[in-house]
Amino acid sequence: MSLDFNDETFRGDFTFRNSARAIARFPFPFPEDGYMYSVNMEPHLPGKPGSVFEHMFDVDEHYVAEMRDRALVLAEDPLRCQSLPHMTLAGWDLLELIMDAKARDYPQWFSLTKEGNRWHWVNRPLQIEQSFTFLDDTTLPCGPMEYITRQTQGDFTLQDQRDDNLWIEAGMVTTQADWSLDFDIGMSFHEWHAPVPLAHEMRVFDRALKFLLNLQLGAPVRRFNWTMTVDPLLDTSPENYPRWGPTKTTMTPETIGHRQHLRVELQTLHRLPRSNAIVFPIRCYLIKFEELVTVPKWARRLHRVVRDIPDELATYKGFIRNKPLMLDYLSRYDDGLPTSPGIWPD
Amino acid sequence: MSAGFSRSIPSRPVYGVLEPRPGTAHLMVADGEGAAALTRMIAQAPDAAGMLSQSHILYLPGPNGTDLTADLRSLGAAQFHRSPSFAACLPRLQKVLADAHMGVQIYLAGSEGLIGQALREVMQAGLPWQAAQTEHRGSTVRRVQCVHCKGITEDVRTDPFVCSHCGLNLFVRDHYSRRIAAFQGVNIDAEDPGQVPPPVERFA
Amino acid sequence: MSVGAPKLAVRVAEVVQVNALVKRFRFVRRDGGPLPVFSGGAHVVVEMDDQGTRRMNPYSLMSDPADTSGYEISVRRDDAGRGGSLYLHNHVAPGMEMVLSMPVNLFPVDARARKHLMIAGGIGITPFLSQIAALTRLRGRFELHYSARSRDLAAYADDLLARHGDAVRLYLDDQGQVIDLDALLRGQPLGTHLYVCGPKGMIAWVRGRAGALGWPAAAVHSEEFLSPPVGSPFQVRLAASGRTITVAPAQSLLEAIEAAGVAAPYLCRGGACGECETGVLGCDGTILHNDHWLTDDQKAANTRIMPCVSRFAGATLILDR
Repeated sequence: MSLDFNDETFRGDFTFRNSARAIARFPFPFPEDGYMYSVNMEPHLPGKPGSVFEHMFDVDEHYVAEMRDRALVLAEDPLRCQSLPHMTLAGWDLLELIMDAKARDYPQWFSLTKEGNRWHWVNRPLQIEQSFTFLDDTTLPCGPMEYITRQTQGDFTLQDQRDDNLWIEAGMVTTQADWSLDFDIGMSFHEWHAPVPLAHEMRVFDRALKFLLNLQLGAPVRRFNWTMTVDPLLDTSPENYPRWGPTKTTMTPETIGHRQHLRVELQTLHRLPRSNAIVFPIRCYLIKFEELVTVPKWARRLHRVVRDIPDELATYKGFIRNKPLMLDYLSRYDDGLPTSPGIWPD
Repeated sequence: MSAGFSRSIPSRPVYGVLEPRPGTAHLMVADGEGAAALTRMIAQAPDAAGMLSQSHILYLPGPNGTDLTADLRSLGAAQFHRSPSFAACLPRLQKVLADAHMGVQIYLAGSEGLIGQALREVMQAGLPWQAAQTEHRGSTVRRVQCVHCKGITEDVRTDPFVCSHCGLNLFVRDHYSRRIAAFQGVNIDAEDPGQVPPPVERFA
Repeated sequence: MSVGAPKLAVRVAEVVQVNALVKRFRFVRRDGGPLPVFSGGAHVVVEMDDQGTRRMNPYSLMSDPADTSGYEISVRRDDAGRGGSLYLHNHVAPGMEMVLSMPVNLFPVDARARKHLMIAGGIGITPFLSQIAALTRLRGRFELHYSARSRDLAAYADDLLARHGDAVRLYLDDQGQVIDLDALLRGQPLGTHLYVCGPKGMIAWVRGRAGALGWPAAAVHSEEFLSPPVGSPFQVRLAASGRTITVAPAQSLLEAIEAAGVAAPYLCRGGACGECETGVLGCDGTILHNDHWLTDDQKAANTRIMPCVSRFAGATLILDR
């Protein structure tokens, strides 16, 4: 393992931790002292250097360990990666998008050379070298979407656009906040989002769908979602809920700082060229409460967000049970002083 | 008549009322009380005799035992077949769909399980699912897939219930998959093992 | 303003007179780089400066989507139109610099289809050319029925017949050849999708027969670029920006709003995508809805308008722009 990448686990002994650099660049999702749903999309343009927004696909110190965890999840449950047959072309579009971006943005780790349709890809951190023919899936060890997403952090869904709607018809989903790809694959935009409370009444999904149907090539967008997780467990799937559900009941005031994690999803949306599909990467970042409170502004703000969030939302996000313990812990770091607008540390 | 499912989440299927539509052939699949929906619909056709001469009806008894075979057979459709179960009917349905041409009208009536499983075959054969008309009649028992073991429990009547495959206690969600033709069941006592609310008879 | 996508700075590389009515234009990137790959059926919006009048017209991309060295469009000259096609035919020559939007696809093939049945009329052939190129590469199954006034005016028929033989059938009006549509629609296997692009009347005919023969709406697809119609001039109050503008006869309401320096979102500029939908705050007169986007109820209520193609006749129109 090189100095660039942590040797850590997201299961069992849970040795995951964030370095000081990772904490400073953590994508804190709250620009103000409260939270309610919104469409809240902004252009996914190159952002602040060093931040998670700098590059199209962010590679950080957790890269190698996350890919190892993904491989373990897939070995245990192959249904976490599925592609309906007509989505293979979209999978190729995604492979091209990711390979081009990573070779451009991280040339020290990735390289891509093309001779017509003969491509050669090198992934140094994972020690992979692959020659293949673009658009010919017999030249890759597995389908193109699976191939590239086994080497890219975050979950991915591919959505076919037809009938004025988006249909989730392929995906690699191993770091999800409690939804099942196997069950949801084939659903329309509103159907897939059906279990989310309150947002439907607020027509959040109507507006989001209308916006996404007109999403253009070359104009990706991004937004945040967030929830809470006990232990740095990436695989909080419904399939495994009988295993991770009980851990919520074992939290104590002594352990909460170390075991309670804010889980942030940086979601981006990109139009794909050949398939006209939309790819929805969902990149998961974890931070322990005891790491987060080292940034005073975030400590104050997170306390206020958790304190004021409606119970229905806290229940849907799965942390209603531990909300009192969280507030006890976080309130110690909230001196009531005002916080600056925006997500960055002061 | 239909149970008239109360307003629920967007992924909960919504059924309609069958109406005769112009087409080059008519394929009807029904179970139990769904037979009455077919009979009513055909009676409304501008040319019922013509429609029946291009109709193929597949019928099964319903989950609660209702069997209206005699009524349906007497309509005189070009083809009528009664199967004892959906599983027995499946090879025939798949063959009929494989031979069908664009222009075939599809009518599905009866229990949600029958409608969902027949609709899945329609989709597999290449028709958009919106092409099929559906009308719910009779039983509201559900097919429920355990999200943990992936096994489907048929004819679920209570909430919560015990997965017939892995034995977990599951609560029944309204979240529904057309591809699996089942509602979703999730472990109810994961966080408090053993603390299972008494089962309520929700579906009949 | 378009919704944020970059534009393509191009140069005209080639102009070819295809037949008496049609010219083909090939665009390459000014910086010599590759153009973006696109999906069959996509179009680009071509920006033109016609002696002070700014036009932005959508045209289907007819070139092979995998050919990133250039984009090709074919334009049928319309002497009775607003002038966009005339400008291209009369004033655009190799070497000229122009601007294109990124490709947008409102007429994609359905990826699940077991077979694609295509019906083209006249210049409506253009989106099928890029779709056929893409499908051929993927070994997709298609069948094209192409109707044109005469062999001379059947642009690209020779090439299509040479390359795809039995999968292409040509019907020439001047030889009395008509598509036997009912027979065609009755014999298709389940999983066939139907696509039609051509004159308004042809699209209505095909859709009508498909519906009568039991085809589900979700399996029938059409594209018709509505050209903003020419009409009488009219005045419009832009409430949000506090301006009053006059829309000239051969100018669309959207173009007039843009000419006044007021920002308005747009995408397809052909009445189909919904992006330019605008609120109507006051209407004393008749809105002439020419779009495919608003529902009949919305059109009757006169509370929304699609400025890219619709017009107005009457005393007052106040918009939320």
